[in-house]
Amino acid sequence: MHRFANPARFTRIADRVLPFAGFGAVAALGIGFYLALFVAPADYQQGETVRIMYVHVPSAWMALFIYVAMAVASAAALIWRHPLADVAAKASSPIGAGFAFLTLVTGSLWGRPMWGTWWEWDGRLTSMLILFFLYLGHMALMHAFEDQQRGYRAAAVLALVGVINVPIIKFSVDWWATLHQPASVLRLDGPTIHSSMLWPLLITALGFKLYFVTLVLLRMKSELIAARLRALDLARLKAS
Amino acid sequence: MREIADFFQMGGYAAFVWPALGLTLLVMLGLLVTTLRQLRARQRRLADLEAQGASRRPRREEAPPRQEEATS
Repeated sequence: MHRFANPARFTRIADRVLPFAGFGAVAALGIGFYLALFVAPADYQQGETVRIMYVHVPSAWMALFIYVAMAVASAAALIWRHPLADVAAKASSPIGAGFAFLTLVTGSLWGRPMWGTWWEWDGRLTSMLILFFLYLGHMALMHAFEDQQRGYRAAAVLALVGVINVPIIKFSVDWWATLHQPASVLRLDGPTIHSSMLWPLLITALGFKLYFVTLVLLRMKSELIAARLRALDLARLKAS
Repeated sequence: MREIADFFQMGGYAAFVWPALGLTLLVMLGLLVTTLRQLRARQRRLADLEAQGASRRPRREEAPPRQEEATS
């Protein structure tokens, strides 16, 4: 993995991947939203509100996926001191926070007409709110220290401690009584959702994933330039 | 015309479906735009600094050693 640690090498690879990821994201999101709005049927119980699923569920998957990716990067940073791992974690948390926020708000907009309430302090909703706060805490710690290396370390420790929340979110619908419906796609016995809804959902989710790849590569490039600017500023300070 | 109106009404749930979709697009686009603007600004600053550094380096070499450095 350390072969990719060189910033110039990383930037070269990122520049090669970015056009494909960006174009793929636009295509998958375009097709996915078209299918979700015009082709997928209304639900027999939930009516047209089921269309909220096509943004709510991919957002929630991304919020969880990004957190796990961030925790893996943080472990790599703490154990192997991989220099790009810290940069990856820093680039990821604002995107994860965005998706956690979208999960909560779109869920609320779905819950109001279907459950009759915007919010309920049950296992699923509360653990998702905690995930959002973990992202905000991670972002705050990154910027809390004058020395960026200390910020990296503190944020990495938070990311690793907070990863315990991920299985809690996933299994909260099985462990506790909740308004939230149980999983209908990621189940051991296979999806229970009809294919006319499953395909639009999977294509939209692929679009979200490619959007994340595009954005995280751009943000890592940006962060590497920021690190270089910090080094240059320091060198100038010493020289003067 | 009637079909279009029906579509936008979302079976009476327009007030929930459209804000959910709109907000998702807004947040995703917003993150992308802020990221791109920050990247451009940093790239410009780095280019400026490198241009300055390239023109200043020869002069710094010619300058005589400063007092503190000479005495310490």
